[in-house]
Amino acid sequence: MGTGHAHKLYRHGHSPVHALPPHTKLAAVFAFVIVVVSTPREAMWAFGLYAVLLAVVACVARVPAGFLLKRLLIEVPFVAFAVLMPFVAEGERVEVLGMSLSLSGLWGAWNVLAKGTLGVAASVLLASTTELRALLLGLQRLKLPPLLVQIASFMIRYGDVITDEMRRMRIARESRGFDARGLRHWGVLGKSAGALFIRSYERGERVHLAMVSRGYAGSMPVIDEVTASRAQWSYALALPFAALVVCLLGWSL
Amino acid sequence: MCDTQAPRSCKWFALSHYHRTVHVPDGFIDAPTSVATGVVAAAAVAVSLRGARRELDERTAPLAGLVAAFIFAVQMLNFPVAAGTSGHLLGGALAAILVGPCTGVLVISVVLLMQGILFADGGLTALGVNITCMGIVTVLVAYGLFRGLVKILPRTRRSVTAASFVAALVSVPASALVFTALYAVGGTTDVSIGKVATAMVGVHILIGVGEAAITALTVGAVIAVRPDLVYGARDLRQRLRLRVNGELVDAPAAEPAVPVAARSPRRIWAVGLVTSLVLAGFVSFYASADPDGLEKVAADKGIDEKVEEHAAADSPLADYGVKDVENARLSGGLAGVIGVGVTVVAGTGVFWAVRRRRTAEGADASDASPASTSV
Repeated sequence: MGTGHAHKLYRHGHSPVHALPPHTKLAAVFAFVIVVVSTPREAMWAFGLYAVLLAVVACVARVPAGFLLKRLLIEVPFVAFAVLMPFVAEGERVEVLGMSLSLSGLWGAWNVLAKGTLGVAASVLLASTTELRALLLGLQRLKLPPLLVQIASFMIRYGDVITDEMRRMRIARESRGFDARGLRHWGVLGKSAGALFIRSYERGERVHLAMVSRGYAGSMPVIDEVTASRAQWSYALALPFAALVVCLLGWSL
Repeated sequence: MCDTQAPRSCKWFALSHYHRTVHVPDGFIDAPTSVATGVVAAAAVAVSLRGARRELDERTAPLAGLVAAFIFAVQMLNFPVAAGTSGHLLGGALAAILVGPCTGVLVISVVLLMQGILFADGGLTALGVNITCMGIVTVLVAYGLFRGLVKILPRTRRSVTAASFVAALVSVPASALVFTALYAVGGTTDVSIGKVATAMVGVHILIGVGEAAITALTVGAVIAVRPDLVYGARDLRQRLRLRVNGELVDAPAAEPAVPVAARSPRRIWAVGLVTSLVLAGFVSFYASADPDGLEKVAADKGIDEKVEEHAAADSPLADYGVKDVENARLSGGLAGVIGVGVTVVAGTGVFWAVRRRRTAEGADASDASPASTSV
């Protein structure tokens, strides 16, 4: 955690994608994912084109392929699930390599794999080119309720603090010879979780008092209003528009 | 095992998070259902934003934020089961019991939102589905059950712990059931819904047992130290009594208790009832309209001849339809409505009976020993 306030998913850089205002990027990613999800799964080539589009964005943002692929590992649980689908689903059966697989299951697996992967890749690109604080500002700009944005920002701000507190409690447990191995040790861990809750809650109260003493009256002042020019909007929305063209082709072909 | 590695960085944090919480990815549920659940989730979050102000007043932002950070952190706390496997908390029930239902929904929604945007955990288009299943349903089921049980059970700390056990235990399979229902309406693959439901509920009952044990232990630990922090156990606070001239006297109430449930329970009841009726009747009207792909294929191919009939197949509601009603849609909808009605009547009956007995007993006890409550 020695890298200042940037989160580890963020990859510092000065590319054109990094420079875009956060709310345009958020809007672009949301629109892109919606377009991808509403593409018919039979148009396999369309998903290839989407992947190419994302690759172009990654190129412009100078996010290395290895970095992106490593992040995609996050998807592994869904892949496991998708692999099961052809066996579980019913309907018309096809023989593949001596195994009887369901046709609709195969389509379903393909559907989840393709759309899920593209969604994850788009989110990863967003997170690796946008700073946390900027993301929160962008959400606020996109008219997410301010209270919700505040809660999210407190969660992000104190996430590491609380996680560290948990780590210190674990070190304290272990230095006293505690080794959690089975159900018998759940009592101790439950007490730790309870203590962590009390500490978090009391910290929240202290934070609130500190804020009140600095003039907080229920809403946070907006210090740096982010704005986007028309050129920046069109630059950011190029991705979902290109995807929309592909999607429409996918429906018509 | 993972617990022995410190969560040194967010990256590790994110990766470790993944292999344990599986959220619904993009493309799993079709677009219309995603939009519908998105609307439901947005409405629930809007209601909770107001409700949370009632629960926490102007301390909402820092406190809810810190509780969200707590839920985020505690999801990484490993509870070893045996032989290298371990469980961890999902947190919906715990949040509801500790900080109240509205704050609970908010906290879980914020955690899911951040997981979706930052860690790509759960698709962005599936955010509505994720919030509906894991946030709203879990919290509402857990809190409703918890309040009901706390009212029925004797007013002790132990019963709060027991109630949180049951609440967490039921909330997890309930969330799985709702997910299955969403999948039935908007799933993108023809997997038989019966199979999905069996698998989901079966797995989630197991998960629920773990969740329940951890939740109960945690609530028990908090209540032992700071019972005032447990939102669900506010009623347990003893009234302050002073000994004046050797006699116990009730201290005057410092301030009228803030009516946390500002809305009358009757109204909540009505809204809940109408919602379930609409869902059961209207939605199943559409959902069960065409038999699912599998049933249809099975029927077309004559596979289903050998399907064993369920023991209750002769009951008038068998196969989610009312027997003598011809229109499949209508009968499906009707069966849903009747089902909700029966459930409500049965549930109310049980609660009413138990509560009446308890108040009667309570009256007897207080007559017999007026000083017995002054512990």
